[in-house]
Amino acid sequence: MGGRDTDIVLLDENGIRSDGRKVNETRKVTIKAGVLKNANGSAYIEFGDNKILVGVYGPRDVHPKHMSDTDTGILRCRYHMAPFSVGERKNPAPSRREVEISKVIKEALEPAVMLKEFPRTAVDVYMEVLQADGGTRCAALTGASVALADAGIPMRDLVAGCAAGKAADAVILDVNNEEDQAGQADLPIGYMPNLKKITLLQLDGVLTPEEYKQCIEIGIEGCNQVYEIQKKALQDKFFASGEKQ
Amino acid sequence: MSDGLIIDQLKKNQILDLLKEGKRVDGRQFDEPRKLTIDIGVIPKAEGSARARLGDTEVVAGVKVQPERPFPDTGDKGMLICTAEILPIAHPSAETGPPQPPVVELARVTDRGIRESGMLDMKQLVLEKDKSVIGVFCDNAVTDHDGNLFDACSYASTAAINSCKIPKYEMQDEKPVKIEGEFIEPPITTLPVSVTMAKIGGFILVDPTIEEWGIMDARITITSNSDGNVVALQKGGSDGFTQEELIKCAELSVKVGSKIREIIKQSK
Repeated sequence: MGGRDTDIVLLDENGIRSDGRKVNETRKVTIKAGVLKNANGSAYIEFGDNKILVGVYGPRDVHPKHMSDTDTGILRCRYHMAPFSVGERKNPAPSRREVEISKVIKEALEPAVMLKEFPRTAVDVYMEVLQADGGTRCAALTGASVALADAGIPMRDLVAGCAAGKAADAVILDVNNEEDQAGQADLPIGYMPNLKKITLLQLDGVLTPEEYKQCIEIGIEGCNQVYEIQKKALQDKFFASGEKQ
Repeated sequence: MSDGLIIDQLKKNQILDLLKEGKRVDGRQFDEPRKLTIDIGVIPKAEGSARARLGDTEVVAGVKVQPERPFPDTGDKGMLICTAEILPIAHPSAETGPPQPPVVELARVTDRGIRESGMLDMKQLVLEKDKSVIGVFCDNAVTDHDGNLFDACSYASTAAINSCKIPKYEMQDEKPVKIEGEFIEPPITTLPVSVTMAKIGGFILVDPTIEEWGIMDARITITSNSDGNVVALQKGGSDGFTQEELIKCAELSVKVGSKIREIIKQSK
């Protein structure tokens, strides 16, 4: 939490947030699967004002070769923000923040992907944030699961992402950029709804044990909603009746 | 194997077999951290310092304090930055060169735990708004690696910052000038303490050793403050947690953390 002072009213007296949402409401999420020609699988996701493109390549040969594993395939993830995705231009070189987010997203996807089926190969997931507005790691993770499924890679479940948090002393769902900057806590969650397992979890900001429980509960509820949109994106691509993509 | 630590299959089976009998390799209880010793003031040239030994994991943290130009959007607050690096003397797998993702994660999780807790009241570290503030830099050097670097760095950083002396500065001709021999107490508001738990074969183990670290399915690091609130959290590793496990882990972290906090307090 930046804990920055702001004039924005994060929660008004009617319980309405700065962007017009209720406390337990997510932003509008739209996902389209199969948007890139060259990638084996891809997805475009809009999570509120976040716009993220995900491309998946593989399973394919591993370069450099020493990274390959004879027992299992490996998953490699790169989360990257475009220089024009944020207010002030972002240096295009990967920052320490991006290195860390790439790692937590990789560890969030690994439980879902059946990598043992493809020993000695790599599956590469590239997430490009074209516009950022808070909650990009959850949005990127959500898009990445759809892109992996679109690539036809065997999976145990999709991983859906949605953050919970605290702003103006209230527990809120799906923290946006303003609420992240001026709010009190941000708790991004990645969740496999069928297996009921949380595979991504981070927190910054102060929560009482009770608020922590509420955040996890409401966050899982948000992930369940996102999960339905993920499934619909895949259905739209693979079962659209006679429609040419 | 996570973090490139290769443990042979036999060891893994042994650890798992013991866990099923309710035992750990080194005889500890599941919710029992290793012995923690903290020595402060080990680097007299630093404004604050601490050596934390958690079992055979050892970290030296040093605090340097110097005036800085504030970030444009936080001109009314001082600066607090924590870093961490694994020295090549710490383990055969440690490498020189640019930090790999696990080390970047270690540094960022250490920093988040201290910073998000609001350990220092940053508003008290302003010399002149938007012009000059006091920067507190806490750098952790891992000198011996026997697993669970997250917690060792957390304890060393908290102890070092808690015991530091901040030199007094005054603005003269728009420039910060150090007043020799005068110090102010650091504006400590709370003592953040992280507790890392490994999940191995469905069991939750507090403070994993390097062997347990090598075979764990997933891990979670939860930092709590003096009020028993959760202030930072990081899940890692290639498996997930259930909702019930996460609630249990948070309770464990607060419980174990309060005992660790006493050790840190007494070290001052």
